Amino acid sequence: MKIAIASGKGGTGKTTVAANLALALERKGSVVLADCDVEEPNCNLFLQMEYSREEPGVLPSFSCDVSRCDGCGACARACRFNAIASLPDRPLFFLEMCHACGGCVLACPHQAIIESSRHNGVIRHASRGNLTFLSGLLDVGEAMATPLIRQMKKSIPPADMVLLDAPPGAACAMIEAVRDVDYVVLVSEPTPFGLHDLIIAMDAVEELKLPFGVVINWYGSGDDALEEYCLSRGVPIIAKIPYSRKIAEAYSRGELFYTLFPDLAEIVDHLGAYLRQGGWKA
Amino acid sequence: MKELLVISGKGGTGKTSITLSFAALAEKAIFADCDVDAADMALILKPQEQQREDFYSGSLAAIDPSLCMGCGKCYRLCRFDAIRAEEGEFSVDPLACEGCGVCYDNCPVKAITFEPRLCGDLYVSSTSRGTLVHARLGAGGENSGKLVSEVKQRTKALGEEQGCSLMITDGPPGIGCSVIASLTGADAVLIVTEPTVSGIHDMERVYELCKHFRIPAYVCVNKADLNVENAKKIRAFGEEKGVQWLGEIPYDPSVTKAMIQTMPVVSLEGSPAGEAILTIWEMLKNERTLFQ
Repeated sequence: MKIAIASGKGGTGKTTVAANLALALERKGSVVLADCDVEEPNCNLFLQMEYSREEPGVLPSFSCDVSRCDGCGACARACRFNAIASLPDRPLFFLEMCHACGGCVLACPHQAIIESSRHNGVIRHASRGNLTFLSGLLDVGEAMATPLIRQMKKSIPPADMVLLDAPPGAACAMIEAVRDVDYVVLVSEPTPFGLHDLIIAMDAVEELKLPFGVVINWYGSGDDALEEYCLSRGVPIIAKIPYSRKIAEAYSRGELFYTLFPDLAEIVDHLGAYLRQGGWKA
Repeated sequence: MKELLVISGKGGTGKTSITLSFAALAEKAIFADCDVDAADMALILKPQEQQREDFYSGSLAAIDPSLCMGCGKCYRLCRFDAIRAEEGEFSVDPLACEGCGVCYDNCPVKAITFEPRLCGDLYVSSTSRGTLVHARLGAGGENSGKLVSEVKQRTKALGEEQGCSLMITDGPPGIGCSVIASLTGADAVLIVTEPTVSGIHDMERVYELCKHFRIPAYVCVNKADLNVENAKKIRAFGEEKGVQWLGEIPYDPSVTKAMIQTMPVVSLEGSPAGEAILTIWEMLKNERTLFQ
């Protein structure tokens, strides 16, 4: 079973839910947690696992063999991302704009485009008992997160439960993280911003035709509009995590509430059981 | 006109609440909401829509099943897993398509169309505090960086036209394309962080990004009393890196209260967070990078 933990708004508690869930689920079987928020990965600040290996994030890269090039410009015309400028005798590549589609290679009539690879980040691996953890880290200055997320997802070993901590928002990086999962957990907060951004995330997940449920984090800290909205739209609320300053303080120190507060651990255990059993299918 | 960009790396540190308070305090300003896949400024600024435009960017492939002979060349060439093969029939997954045109260019029977892609809407609105330019990225969320650039360019042009002295931009979380697009052309960046392990980690990365693009950065710590030790670490980090410290905002439930009452926290009477934001704004106003 593959589960994505996502949210429209950032900072609603995706990582908290994902990391606590991993602890709950590893008691029942094998678990993989993959931190797909490669721009700002935070899971391991809380799990504090020791990495056993590091895999380089690689992206196809392109250059030109000038001895074969006659400056015809077919590559630049084929590139839809303005990543190639055509000079009279050769093309000039702007790799930060390149989506690595390979269109230039196919378009060149002289086989002058050389495909190699370049570094765009790292994927770190760790494991401990039943829990395997992967974390992607995008190089600073690198614009596109999706290729690294795609590569990391291909490195995920089989497990009873796979958890993907998705990036915030509802743009391409979030879509890449959630597109092939069995279920999406949307974490939100009971505030006007939380509700507004949750609706955007719901629309994206509905577009992907994936089943989803909502976790309300900091329950009781805001208003009732989010809960009422979910009820009116028939969206299941699968957990409510109460608001408390002691949770926020523990979080600030990098501590997970699953190991600290039994009442909260029980909420996560329930959520874990729901996900493990595919409760949404009932 | 100068531009102040507010970013955070980590989401939920209070970027938008602070930006909205600045909007309530600034004179002759114009506002850009560049968090295009979760744009929240409009929820508080109560904008009157002046203009709405479709935002087209890039193209989207589609396979005409009546022309497709099922050779599978597009499926083999697509590097984005955007061609689906179901029961021998090929189709494009619009959410995975990046608009590279490889399938379109290489289909042997020209069965693929490649039309301009509607990626979202762009709005120019008037508010009691000045003009707000904002956007809504469509489901699927391709080209968010380009939509950010469009929002910024539009705000800049309008701001110059209106004789504004300051443009205040609410940025997206992260460090990727939409953040890079937000940074382009900004005169200074305010990094809003929080004294949590993740707040610190993400601030360091977003600071590296500002350094990479050589844009001066300021830092302030929201929810500072949640963890006094970590707040000190952030201040020390700033001092070491030459990121000017603008102050702390306490962990304060009135921030949420103000949001629910659809007002900027700085306008909520007796709010400790509001008072702290006012102090930060007064400090910023002494900065020549932003104010002549």
